[in-house]
Amino acid sequence: MKPEALTPETGTRDRLLLIGFALILLVLVPALNQLVDAGSAFHVSDFAVNVMGKFICYGVVALGIEMIWGLTGILSLGQGVFFAMGGYLMGMHLMRNIGTQGVYASELPDFMVFLDWKELPWYWHGFDSFTFTMLVLLVLPTVFAGLFGWFAFRSGIKGVYFSIITQALTFALMLLFFRNDTGFGGNNGMTDFKTLLGMTLQSSDTRIILYMASGVLLLAVMLLCRWVRASRAGRLLKAIRDAEDRLRSSGYNPVSYKTFIFALAALISACAGALYVPQVGIINPTELAPAQSIEMVIWVAVGGRGSLWGALTGAIFVNSVKSLFTGWYPEAWLYVLGGLFVVTTLYLQSGIIGLLSRPLRRLKGESS
Amino acid sequence: MASLKLFLLGIVICFGNPAAGTEADLSVAYQKIASGKRPQIKKALKIIVENRAGEYAGVLIALKESRLYFRDGVLLIRDNQGYHPWPAEMTAPEGKPRRIRINNSLRRSLNRTLGFLQIYSPDPALRLEAIRLLGSPRDPVVRRNLREVLEKEEDADVRHALEKSLAMVDLDSDDSMDQLAALQVLARTGGQDAFIRLKQMQRSADTDPLLLPDLNRALQKIDMRIFLAKFLANTAYGISLGSIMLMVSLGLAITFGLMGIINMAHGEMIMIGAYTTYVVQTIFSATLPGYLDYYIWLALPASFLVAFLVGIVIELLVIRHLYGRPLETLLATWGLSLILIQTVRMIFGAQNVEVASPSWLNGGWEIMDGLVLPFSRSFAVGVSIIVVLFVWWAMTRTSLGLRVRAIQMNRDMARCVGVDARRVDLLTFGFGSGLAGLAGVILSQIGNVGPELGQGYIIDSFMVVVVGGVGNVLGTVLGATGLGVFNKYLEPFTGAVFGKILILGLIILFIQRRPQGLFAIKGRSIET
Repeated sequence: MKPEALTPETGTRDRLLLIGFALILLVLVPALNQLVDAGSAFHVSDFAVNVMGKFICYGVVALGIEMIWGLTGILSLGQGVFFAMGGYLMGMHLMRNIGTQGVYASELPDFMVFLDWKELPWYWHGFDSFTFTMLVLLVLPTVFAGLFGWFAFRSGIKGVYFSIITQALTFALMLLFFRNDTGFGGNNGMTDFKTLLGMTLQSSDTRIILYMASGVLLLAVMLLCRWVRASRAGRLLKAIRDAEDRLRSSGYNPVSYKTFIFALAALISACAGALYVPQVGIINPTELAPAQSIEMVIWVAVGGRGSLWGALTGAIFVNSVKSLFTGWYPEAWLYVLGGLFVVTTLYLQSGIIGLLSRPLRRLKGESS
Repeated sequence: MASLKLFLLGIVICFGNPAAGTEADLSVAYQKIASGKRPQIKKALKIIVENRAGEYAGVLIALKESRLYFRDGVLLIRDNQGYHPWPAEMTAPEGKPRRIRINNSLRRSLNRTLGFLQIYSPDPALRLEAIRLLGSPRDPVVRRNLREVLEKEEDADVRHALEKSLAMVDLDSDDSMDQLAALQVLARTGGQDAFIRLKQMQRSADTDPLLLPDLNRALQKIDMRIFLAKFLANTAYGISLGSIMLMVSLGLAITFGLMGIINMAHGEMIMIGAYTTYVVQTIFSATLPGYLDYYIWLALPASFLVAFLVGIVIELLVIRHLYGRPLETLLATWGLSLILIQTVRMIFGAQNVEVASPSWLNGGWEIMDGLVLPFSRSFAVGVSIIVVLFVWWAMTRTSLGLRVRAIQMNRDMARCVGVDARRVDLLTFGFGSGLAGLAGVILSQIGNVGPELGQGYIIDSFMVVVVGGVGNVLGTVLGATGLGVFNKYLEPFTGAVFGKILILGLIILFIQRRPQGLFAIKGRSIET
């Protein structure tokens, strides 16, 4: 019922795994893309790099969800909000980068010209600067989640109530962003991006750089999460999951810890969103659909709740299956997804990682 | 439809002897209609009005409904049995008749003509309808006749409407006495349209300055009336929205509030109820077309039953294994909802299906100008009142209700005294799902029925349950109607979307003060 970490996050074996993973991610794949001839069987195409970059961003989101749900036991159905928040912030910067190269050759983003707006809304100022955008990216999601979480946790909203409230928040924001007047492009969102930091987004060099950036982000988040989990705060968070009342009786105030982890997960999601948008080239309110956020949760459930590796595996596995099905037999995808929800919650509580580690343990002669 | 048939009866009574018109004129009109050309038909309509030729009403209605055909100068009306020449004593021509097509402009003329003919009906309701169809007629012949009708009119509502309709045109009169009289009439009777019209006059330079004091007074009075109507309308719509939210969330209040189960597939139970209504309707129109208007009385129990059974199956297959793990239940039922949506999509297609309301639910109840209560909404309010009473009765006065409440308060103790917890869980979940099915019937009468029907309601209904507090029927009732009315009051000021966001914010603040909702059940456990 309360899954323990099935793969230990310390020890030589795990460290070796992490180093190996980092090498594949940051050395092997880029090398196969850049150095190996396009005709060769070992060549990794630009398209594949782009898809992997996307999946890595999903993986980063999954790590955040693992921290708040797997570790702390809080089911937030609003991670898509922060993912989209990061995406929109990056989108705003990219829109400003288009400058006068848009369809209407105006200083303003195309959709504003289309809506007949005369000047930039106040909240769009400053996004010309990359540094400013990064600053907002680090501050806004953290503060927003911190405030929301603090108010919610302070009043004792927990369990399913928190899930529902976050889902309602997602829904309300989706409605808000679907409106043209909100100033973020309405239901078309933002697209047709041209450059980032002077690099053309379409070029193969930029793709590999964005992929590498996603990989670095993934590893950094992975290390950060491992550090938090191993720390004293990590143990307290786990205690909140398992026996919050006992923790409170021991003199700890769970509210601040819960707020902290909610804000951290939000920041992680937002960073993933910010790297996701230049790689897919579009951000629109469908990212804010409640279904999107709940799908993110199922990545972690499928991969194996309680383990960072599990969360990562789940995100990549579910999304691979998704692209396979939506290309090959789209009608069946909802059945597969729905089935994943039901089967993992009923029978596979430790997810894929649990399935994998069971035979491993048997090999080593451990009793589970 | 029904009103038109009634009206035909009225025409026959009024025009038992169609001596008002001359035979020659009307035969010209007949030929013009039978030419099938729209400009000719318009001229024919004029002749019919001048002659008050009520016997033409049936033909004109057929024309409006695209059931009028012609061939060799003979008009034919088509019904379920085939083509019938009109008048009946004519012989049917050889060959296939051609349908007379109408366009919007002709449809408007037809409405006016029909309205004019209908003004002589003995039924005041039909006369009112006639005035609505006529709008504000400018045709002098029609106006002369209307004035005659007004002099003899005894019904207050009809007089009111008639005066208003005449006054609207009198405003344009050259005679300022006429205009003054019209202003006074409008001050008493005018609505939104009059308000806009008078505002224009107020701004226009051509308006006689002597009229201005009366004009302003009239505007003020109309403004007050519009405000009152809007306020009442918002309240009424709020209550009707609230009753729909109540229907939608009552089942959830039971499964979530009493059993602690988060059923994300609750919306899909509503959708299944709506589709059951569609199926029942289709079966009725295939086997018992004469009783189509009554299909809804079968649809209500059928939807309850189907949703009940689906709920039972879901409980047995999934939920049973997840008691005590609410977060997992949430995810599993979300998965189920995806599967249910896709299944319905495979069976019925991704497009919306058409559920036609019974004819007696069409139309509305006009309480005052600008305030119409549609019958379908009133029906929703009525059904939800009955269902709430039923749920209250089931929860407080039956042995199942007693067991449910016992399990909610203390599951282990209840089992110790012999309550079969598993069976009660099963039935309660089925009951909650069945209530969602009933909500589906109501929603099918009001909006579109598509596979994603339920998705839009799930979040709102959770909000209702959160505000109302868990495990309390009264709380759910107050939460739903409160949110509904509040929503409608906010909407004009904030727009629908900001209204929703504002309400969410208020709910979060509200929970700060009362974490357990409006009506908490007081208990002593720490884990609430």
